[in-house]
Amino acid sequence: MSKQETLLTQLQARFGEMLSSATLAVKQVTIEVPANHALSVLQTLRDEFSFEQLSDLCGVDYAHYGQADWEGSIRGKGFSRAVAAGCHQEECELPRFAVVYHLLSIKNNIRLRVRVFAEGDMPKVDSVVNLWNSANWYEREAFDLFGILFDGHPDLRRILTDYGFIGHPFRKDFPISGYMEMRYDPEKKRVVYQPVSIEPRTLVPRVIRHDNRFVE
Amino acid sequence: MPEIRNYTLNFGPQHPAAHGVLRMVLEMDGEVIERADPHIGLLHRATEKLAETKPFNQSMPYMDRLDYVSMMCNEHAYVMAVEKLLGIEIPIRAQYIRVMFDEITRILNHLLWIGSHGLDLGAMTMFLYAFREREDLMDCYEVVSGARLHAAYYRVGGVYRDLPDSMPKYTPSKWHSKSAVDKLNEEREGSLLDFIEAFTNRYPSKVDEYETLLTENRIWRQRTVGIGVVTPERAFQLGLTGPMLRGSGIEWDLRKKQPYEVYDKMDFSIPVGVNGDCYDRYLVRIEEMRQSNRIIKQCVDWLRANPGPVTVDDHKVTPPSREKMKADMESMIHHFKLFSEGYCVPAGEVYAAIEHPKGEFGIYMVSDGANKPYRMKIRAPGFAHLSAMNEMATGHMLADVVAIIGTQDIVFGEIDR
Repeated sequence: MSKQETLLTQLQARFGEMLSSATLAVKQVTIEVPANHALSVLQTLRDEFSFEQLSDLCGVDYAHYGQADWEGSIRGKGFSRAVAAGCHQEECELPRFAVVYHLLSIKNNIRLRVRVFAEGDMPKVDSVVNLWNSANWYEREAFDLFGILFDGHPDLRRILTDYGFIGHPFRKDFPISGYMEMRYDPEKKRVVYQPVSIEPRTLVPRVIRHDNRFVE
Repeated sequence: MPEIRNYTLNFGPQHPAAHGVLRMVLEMDGEVIERADPHIGLLHRATEKLAETKPFNQSMPYMDRLDYVSMMCNEHAYVMAVEKLLGIEIPIRAQYIRVMFDEITRILNHLLWIGSHGLDLGAMTMFLYAFREREDLMDCYEVVSGARLHAAYYRVGGVYRDLPDSMPKYTPSKWHSKSAVDKLNEEREGSLLDFIEAFTNRYPSKVDEYETLLTENRIWRQRTVGIGVVTPERAFQLGLTGPMLRGSGIEWDLRKKQPYEVYDKMDFSIPVGVNGDCYDRYLVRIEEMRQSNRIIKQCVDWLRANPGPVTVDDHKVTPPSREKMKADMESMIHHFKLFSEGYCVPAGEVYAAIEHPKGEFGIYMVSDGANKPYRMKIRAPGFAHLSAMNEMATGHMLADVVAIIGTQDIVFGEIDR
């Protein structure tokens, strides 16, 4: 029994119904926890399973998960079908946003991935800054890029985007070219903001091929 | 009685000691820092979002541009993540080449670090010494990939090409006479492995030179001893990794603890600090350079004795050779598919972490079965280190902030992504 399998059974025994799923894939353990239990589960993981370090915390937007550009309703011929990417938003059963924590136990030399789905139009989860101080900036980043709110965060400001930026750029419905561009205006002699003048385009369409090449 | 005033000082974003585009708002009581608030994102390029719009094989060169002083290590984490999702095992020779170039990259990174850290704290000569050795190592980059910095050498399924048998040579010009060129070319007569071996033989004496300049230097010790002390408990809490964690006395190195590629066959040791201050972290990195040198030597010996393939033979993932592509229809189709659509990666998620020169560099990748990653998150070591700035700098003088930035080994390409 590998170390990961042992951890998986220990977690299932300890948390039981509190986990909505627990899987072992690519030699890595992933557990999913509902948002209302997240803080207590994470605290237990830190204190009882000695996950001393939070390696990483990030947001994920599942809005277009499993959707390919070529499939769905035909809006054009040939390549233009791919250009109208993301035009077919189906209702997904999963909540749209998730926060993924990567925990590291230095004592036991093992990693764990915890996924917490954030419900609602204003996705919100409890902040873990008090459990791991390194979460501070990671939560600011997830707020900045995905608009996920962290309850109890001491200083939830934007971190990576420009001062005065509007929107959350890593959401799947945010275009890659953005909404605003800036340039130097020689008449006003200052930098001005204006709506973007370039069209978003797809160079390589997203395709999903269900071949069995990599399946044993 | 003079009135005591608090200052707010804007440090950067165009400050030579800010190592890039760091803007820091410092609240100060006289010359003592009360609060440091780094403002980052001035170099934000949304690498992760760009990667979501490109096939897996096209995002790899972006990785060089993250931490632009340790290029191949970034690539390594990326290709490892894709390989884990695909479930492919790369040839043993490619693993040795990757380990060797990871260590060359580590020396490259630490040389730039010691050069700029020294420069920040007034040791001008260090910069010149460090760049002398960097030149040789960048030649190694150039000879395998054609680029001195942004190599794009590691590919999913192996490395781009095998190690070359000859080194490019200098030619006489109006700046270099024939005799000067002959002297420069002395070590370039043999293969790349000969060149690297000659480097590993002379490098320990070069590290001694650095130590002669700094280790016992009174000014250097006054500027670094007792500055930016981090206790082991706080190091865990703040998410410090790599030399920052080892400087605090924790023996944690992914190359030993969670070995990837052939690091488990390598003989090397992990240096740790005692006090967790800037000076200990300096000593840790100096010793890491020596240990990297040992690893490179072992790799050179193995690579000399064991020729073999350097990419997997599965042309769904790696391109076929140019000759085969011209002559064979199936190879032609493989080539076309690979460079237009790319390959579909099975649905799933993976976190691949390597011991980057700066700490733990990880790629978290979610695939939904498409030819592009669904979500990619880069876990950059510098991001966590810089977030510890407030705690490390509070209570120190303004000049010590420069020492702490230096000891954190900050590079904005990876922090802002």
